[in-house]
Amino acid sequence: MANFRTCPDTGFKIDLQADKLIKWNAVTAVVFLLVGGLFGLLVALTRWPAVHLLDAELFYLALTAHGLDVLLVWCIFFEIALLYFTSAILLNARLVWPKLAWIGYWLMLGGAAMTNVAVLQGDSSVMFTSYVPMMAAPHFYLGIILFAVGALLGCAVFFATLHMARKERTYEGSIPLVTFGGMTAAIIAVFTIVTGAVILIPTFVWSLDMGLIPEIDGLIYRVIWWGMGHSSQQINVAAQIACWYAIAAILFNAKPLSEKVSRTAFLMYILFLQLASAHHLLADPGLSAEYKIFNTSYALYLAVLGSMIHGLTVPGAIEAAQRKKGYNNGLFEWLAKAPWGNPVFSGMALSVVLFGFLGGITGVIMGTEQLNLIIHNTMYVPGHFHGTVVVGTTLAFMAISYWLVPTLWQKEMVFPGLAKWQPYLFGLGMGCASIFMMGAGTLGVPRRHWDIAFADSPIGHIFPEAANLMMGLAGVSAVVGSLGAGIYILNMVGTILWGKAKVPAPAAAEPTTAATPSAATSYGGAGTMAVPGTFVLAMVFLTTFVLYYFVNWKYLAGVWHLS
Amino acid sequence: MSIFPTEEKIWWNEPVEKSEVLWVAISFIWALIMFFMMPYWHFAGEQNLSNEAYQISPDAFEEKTEAFAAKYTVREDPVSGYPIVAPPAGSDVYMYGKKWEWWPMLELQEGKSYRFHLSSLDYMHGWSLLPENINLQIIPNYEMVLTVTPTSNGEFSVVCNEFCGIGHHDMVGKIFVKK
Amino acid sequence: MSSDSSGNIPFMQRLLDSPFVLLALGMVVPTMLYTVWGVVEILSIPVAP
Repeated sequence: MANFRTCPDTGFKIDLQADKLIKWNAVTAVVFLLVGGLFGLLVALTRWPAVHLLDAELFYLALTAHGLDVLLVWCIFFEIALLYFTSAILLNARLVWPKLAWIGYWLMLGGAAMTNVAVLQGDSSVMFTSYVPMMAAPHFYLGIILFAVGALLGCAVFFATLHMARKERTYEGSIPLVTFGGMTAAIIAVFTIVTGAVILIPTFVWSLDMGLIPEIDGLIYRVIWWGMGHSSQQINVAAQIACWYAIAAILFNAKPLSEKVSRTAFLMYILFLQLASAHHLLADPGLSAEYKIFNTSYALYLAVLGSMIHGLTVPGAIEAAQRKKGYNNGLFEWLAKAPWGNPVFSGMALSVVLFGFLGGITGVIMGTEQLNLIIHNTMYVPGHFHGTVVVGTTLAFMAISYWLVPTLWQKEMVFPGLAKWQPYLFGLGMGCASIFMMGAGTLGVPRRHWDIAFADSPIGHIFPEAANLMMGLAGVSAVVGSLGAGIYILNMVGTILWGKAKVPAPAAAEPTTAATPSAATSYGGAGTMAVPGTFVLAMVFLTTFVLYYFVNWKYLAGVWHLS
Repeated sequence: MSIFPTEEKIWWNEPVEKSEVLWVAISFIWALIMFFMMPYWHFAGEQNLSNEAYQISPDAFEEKTEAFAAKYTVREDPVSGYPIVAPPAGSDVYMYGKKWEWWPMLELQEGKSYRFHLSSLDYMHGWSLLPENINLQIIPNYEMVLTVTPTSNGEFSVVCNEFCGIGHHDMVGKIFVKK
Repeated sequence: MSSDSSGNIPFMQRLLDSPFVLLALGMVVPTMLYTVWGVVEILSIPVAP
């Protein structure tokens, strides 16, 4: 039978097994953020032309490890922690099958370690994408497969917990919106993992070189691999938006403007977000324009519509809550009076803005069939996804951990002063890195490239000086961002190891927030306050989007004719 | 609150506040505009990929490329010794990528169209024409066919922008375009 | 899922309250539209003349 404790801060009934699993998964995630982040710093210092730190062999090794450890391992460990949190804790339920959850955890850890060993041994520098027919060591693929199986077990535990919580009636009504977001992430994760299995298991067998599978088709590999590779980043999007909604609720008691609209936006993700895997195939041979257009547009951009809705409803919910508290002057008093010194808020706010402007807009532009021709495989691509997965997802995860870690461990943060600045340092550092990488990409600088000076090439190419400048500025920005990441890791590890125990606040004796969810039953739906400030911000976003979109068509119209 | 179960048993029928409805409507219109830009460009634009492609073995493609070079080579590049091939306007042009070179070099005429055939003899490569910044994914066993019309002249590089092994960053080809 | 649906809950709300139906949709839709469609197109690429 499950044992529970009551959270002194929130009044949630916490299953002790879930508590422990969330902590272990989150801590492991942070360890891999450290490892993957260090590899990333080495990559940035090598691509900074004036520094050019690593030799070619080490550079490609570090780049492979960086991609795997942060894109996959950090994000997914943290997401498993979020899945257990949004199911067992938010539903006041027991975590079903804790043993299975632990098996999943150890499989993920073992798998991640195995793949890292393969990469560090040096003969598996095949990049995150491991395109065939370039072959890595068999345990490179096996490690990823084990990691994925572990994550799949985590998803199974999540769905079983949802099911049992409903059956055992631990809650009334529909699951919380945040849990719905977690479920969206879990559904995309299941698609991701199953698709990954379809391609990686045969690739593993092929790498054993026993003749069972003599060859893997490169084009089919790309289609199916990206079904996993791109969708794995869509798990992040769904999870990060669940974090946004959670933070709005925790800090502001914000209620979604409309359950119907927000949940429908998540439904668009469930149905269509994974189709965007086709973004990677737009410059590939043999796929029809119909296939490319339909898939790359997530079916008429319905999943983008979903993101634009969340982009309005998250700040909108905060605006409504702030206006209810009386911050009602003008368009933006609600925003000016927000707790900008609280890293939970500032991290979330920066994540919303930077994800929208840097990650979101550029993703749609890269994913436009013809525009992709002037972007594919250039530095613009890593520029884009540092705008999504770094200043979007990672920053959102950092923000929520400033609340989650002190709450779950019941400890005070060790460096609250540093924490105050950390989201700005990390967000602006990595945000600028993203912008400069994209700038270099528009000048044609290739991604995954050790030397754009072509010192050893018999032929060579000379990039404009602006390209070197952009790469240098990207390097400087990445160093600043890494400092921000370092402070986060230090704060998390420090708090867990040496943080002072929290003194329970007197008010915490009565779990007020949890007990009075219906403080404002009439507000929601038609009773919702108008959100003019958010609407104005949304229009600013849309205007930027439209202008930048057509600027790119103009660039495209200037290049050689192709048909 | 978003972290608690819904307060209403039936929330689907709650009316939605009007700025939210307006935003959904505006966003949907924008989504449709972006969607229809792509088919529109196939009719009105000059930069589209055909989906003409063939399955071909690396050996067969190498043979075709060598036959093409033998027919139209005009001189050698003095620095690298690569053949420079000048095919007549409108003809078929072959170029392959392999570790770590694009072969052969080409000499084209501005404003004339050529039927390009691109493939790889080993790993995947990225065909990145600079400074135009046109980028294609080149995959072994597949021959990609597209019609290319240079609209500017001078010396252009083909850089590899898909990782293809330790010499990847040395892989550069050239296309010269004459007025 | 239908144990407490007293019949007057709208269809869309019931759909959004059904994790396993959504899971099935989230698997089938992208598998058919993205993966299967893509692989079929690749398999139908002709052999070079």
